[in-house]
Amino acid sequence: MRMTTFDGLKAAGGLLAAVFAITPVAASAETLQLSLQNHKFHPAEAVVPANQPLTIEIDNLDATPAEFESKTLRVEKVVAGHAKISVQIRALPPGRYRFFDDYNEDTTEGFLVVK
Amino acid sequence: MLGALIIVFREVIEAGLIVGIVLAVTKGIHGRGRWITAGVAGGIAGAALLAVFADALANALAGVGQEIFNACVLGLAVCMLTWHNIWMARHGREMAAELRDAGLAVKNGSRSLAALAIVVGVAVLREGSEIVLFLYGLVISGGSTALGLLAGSALGLLLGCAVSALTFLGLVTIPSRYLFGVTTTLITFLAAGLAAQSVLFLQQAGLITRLQATAWDSSAILSDTSLFGRLLHTLIGYSDQPSQMQVLVYGVTLATIFTLTKLLEPGKPRAATVAHTVA
Repeated sequence: MRMTTFDGLKAAGGLLAAVFAITPVAASAETLQLSLQNHKFHPAEAVVPANQPLTIEIDNLDATPAEFESKTLRVEKVVAGHAKISVQIRALPPGRYRFFDDYNEDTTEGFLVVK
Repeated sequence: MLGALIIVFREVIEAGLIVGIVLAVTKGIHGRGRWITAGVAGGIAGAALLAVFADALANALAGVGQEIFNACVLGLAVCMLTWHNIWMARHGREMAAELRDAGLAVKNGSRSLAALAIVVGVAVLREGSEIVLFLYGLVISGGSTALGLLAGSALGLLLGCAVSALTFLGLVTIPSRYLFGVTTTLITFLAAGLAAQSVLFLQQAGLITRLQATAWDSSAILSDTSLFGRLLHTLIGYSDQPSQMQVLVYGVTLATIFTLTKLLEPGKPRAATVAHTVA
């Protein structure tokens, strides 16, 4: 059988689809509520269980927009003033993970302690 | 003031590098000024709209609107860059030869320009909306420091534009016979980096759940929040703690663009290429 470029692309596409296994959003069992007021996270430190997916909900009580960001949690999401957002976090190994408001990184930070 | 300068500079630099590269890539193509200006202007207008509707977007699509939007515009940029590279591989040489007088080359060139204008627009849109939101926050906080912060932001914008100009001027010092190869490679890595970044948004939305573990942690060697790390992040998609899926998508994108560019290069008839692959 002669393999054409098209067949090759089709095979690659099939492989990709299998590897990615794009699944619909599954609300994870564990949810952490954070609020942002006067440019401070409440709670500023939260403990969550290790090795299970986590949803973090952020309620911005300030009028100013913020960008919830964390390198180690791998999130960055804008939250408008007086608005709420949520992000999905992968199952994490134990550790201490820092998050912050990218617009006020020096003053607005918090930690996720995973045990 | 310094904080505002740094934040604005940081965002402008990311879009600025891309604009600088596109300016170098399109050097000598008729009408590029118009297209790139349109890309930047469209990006700025989009950024303002995006900032105004930030909350509506975040709440759209069951709360993952912002992620889907980011992943889609990044995906669009990856497609445009890929298309541009393939197009340049097919027509770049003939175009360079006929550039001065051929109306056809100009017409074909504008198609590639449209693709790159979209890439510029997307870059300005994404970074610009963050700047708009940041500035909006500054303005409504008011206070005596606001003016200083705005001055810092203006300086950051200027510095960012300077980086854009330096990127362009640096690239065009490359002799033109190498410039094509250099920019093709740059664009391939740029596209792979953007593809890996779009994965981050799909993971954050909970749409990709496989291979989420961190592939490596090189933050001790080169943090991607340092200036050089950020440059590499924008140019080749460097990340100090990528997920395994990001690394996979990065590799697949690189391989796909390199392969497509090679396969579709002129001078190698298609049938011969296929036969060669089978053998």
